[in-house]
Amino acid sequence: MTQIVTRQGFARETWPEAGVIVTFESLWNGQDLPIERPIGVRLAPDSNAADLEPWFDTMAMVIVPFGKSADGRGFSLARQLRQLGYAGIIRAEGHVLVDQFRAALRVGIDQVAISDEQAARNPEDQWLAVPHFDGYQSRLFAAE
Amino acid sequence: MYSYTNFDAAFVRDRVKEFRSQVERRLDGSLTEDEFKPLRLMNGLYLQLHAYMLRVAVPYGTLNSRQMRQLAHIADTWDKGYGHFTTRQNIQFNWPKLKDVPDILDALADVGMHAIQTSGNCIRNVTADHFAGAAADEIEDPRPTAELIRQWSTDHPEFAYLPRKFKVGVTGSPNDRAVTKAHDIGLRMVRGEAGEPGYEVIVGGGLGRTPMIGKVVRDFLPKRDLLAYLEAILQVYNLSGRRDNKYKARIKILVHETGIDELRARIEETFRRNRRLLPDVDPAIVARIEAAFAAPAWADRPVPDAPRLDAGLASFIDTNVVAHKRPDHAIVSVSLKPTGGTPGDATSAQMRVLADLAERYSHDELRISHEQNVILPHVHRADLPAVYAALREAGLATANIGLVGDIIACPGMDYCALATARSIPIAQQISEMFADLDAQRDIGPLKIKISGCINACGHHHVGHIGILGLDRAGVENYQLTLGGDGTETATIGTRTGHGFAYDEIVPAVGRLIGAYLDARETPEETFLETYRRLGMDPFKAALYGQEEQADAA
Ligand code: SF4
Repeated sequence: MTQIVTRQGFARETWPEAGVIVTFESLWNGQDLPIERPIGVRLAPDSNAADLEPWFDTMAMVIVPFGKSADGRGFSLARQLRQLGYAGIIRAEGHVLVDQFRAALRVGIDQVAISDEQAARNPEDQWLAVPHFDGYQSRLFAAE
Repeated sequence: MYSYTNFDAAFVRDRVKEFRSQVERRLDGSLTEDEFKPLRLMNGLYLQLHAYMLRVAVPYGTLNSRQMRQLAHIADTWDKGYGHFTTRQNIQFNWPKLKDVPDILDALADVGMHAIQTSGNCIRNVTADHFAGAAADEIEDPRPTAELIRQWSTDHPEFAYLPRKFKVGVTGSPNDRAVTKAHDIGLRMVRGEAGEPGYEVIVGGGLGRTPMIGKVVRDFLPKRDLLAYLEAILQVYNLSGRRDNKYKARIKILVHETGIDELRARIEETFRRNRRLLPDVDPAIVARIEAAFAAPAWADRPVPDAPRLDAGLASFIDTNVVAHKRPDHAIVSVSLKPTGGTPGDATSAQMRVLADLAERYSHDELRISHEQNVILPHVHRADLPAVYAALREAGLATANIGLVGDIIACPGMDYCALATARSIPIAQQISEMFADLDAQRDIGPLKIKISGCINACGHHHVGHIGILGLDRAGVENYQLTLGGDGTETATIGTRTGHGFAYDEIVPAVGRLIGAYLDARETPEETFLETYRRLGMDPFKAALYGQEEQADAA
């Protein structure tokens, strides 16, 4: 099981049970989309955000994988999705450290899904204690 | 000079506060060393051989007198009365106690300094030409660019967990004093067709295990596109740099394995896409930064014509003083390489002298060079005798800039946990061998650079003579390279052959220099020129000649 974390702390799963999550592979290989809605997609660590562009409006959620703690590709993937105009939910899934939470939200990630085991090690108060002060970038690019 | 805005100040204080609570949790045991390690590294705190080491950023090498005095105060209060200036324009304190580090960081914040991003796989402290704003050959002062990059790269949410550390260097002159071709990104200011300033963008340079000279990815980048272009490079690198092997994770390997043309195509495509989406940098911020680096109000005083100089001052001016963009001013380099000393070390008393001199004679400006020296960038020529006298009294007037005694050496086995050999004692012995400054001047321009392990913090690959200390089955062994060059004609040095033991390396360097003196055509021909003309042979013969004879016998 996983624990969803948002800026407000630990949250219940909001993705409806009837919803479907497809893999990026299946989209890319031209499989028919299921009829059920909503649809989300789980990217692979080496997915290319631009490849997903044709499906931006269909996908209610994009799941960006976070591997080992040193692997920061997820930050670029999420930011690219936003830069390309994706407006749905972005969920980071996997090994997101408490110390990475602020950066994750700043690149456009809405929620993080961590393992129950990590949730036990990093209880809710640690996530709530993360300060969300403004960064230099939001000042420099005033219009961003 | 740039001074902190309220935003900068609040940002740095927030980070200190955060770290103070982390140190408290470490000291009371609620954080393990494993958990604490990434947090302390984000604040420049390393665990070395004997103690913690705090690495403080001197952004693009620029300091004012107040900041220099604060460094002296830190050295006296929380360290052993000295600091070590590094090849990355940082200062390192070698003996801080963990419990004191938050106080040190607060003291730094008091003068607009910090230790953020001096370690870890992030965009590191940006470096720049140490003659910036003063050099006669400058197209434009590179520091507004460097400051903009500092702000942009600080705490960047997308690029805090890169495959590997990432270094950016900037120069505003055609003569590259910032070794830009040995940086992950090097920026060289150039002029476009209409004479407008922009950048030549170089990627994939770096020393270390696999030394590489950077390649040009863009001939001319207009200034306004700078951050968007940097974002494109970083984004491509973050997504496609190797993460399976830390020795192959630098962008130079990506350039090498992908090829510069293919990588350029990817970067340009990302740039085109992102530029549409990334708003321009707030012009008010750019204007404020540029105003902060406006030239000081120069003193219009006469230069005493052809004064009779005493011999010491004359040779000091000869070696340590170079032309300023204003003919009535000069750039004074203060050598932190006294004979037998530790390259780059300065005592708190010396720091205070330098601060006083900067305040009085150099428009309150100091620079730290990657060659581990301190620069007084704006000295009126009429003040040179007074500056020299004060430096001499403080033991800071060694007239050896650019000469054989001006050695770059990393901390090596004396401090560094990664070292495979000592480097400081080698530098000390070489400088003692050439203690006679007249002999040094006769040898002429010569850059010796020493690293205590393959990580090459001492830039040995780009030394005219490079020395790399290795560990051969528990015994120190020193490898020599010749012909390296860190300037605009950047070249990686070539290995001479087998290495030398600790007690053989200094005599071996002596033989190299002897061979040069024998072979040079005129006293003006430098070591590097002689090497380029004759190649390795005469130097090899000087190094290994006796062995060959022994083999033949
Ligand atoms: S080159 Fe090696 S020994 Fe020298 S400072 Fe760097 S890591 Fe340490």
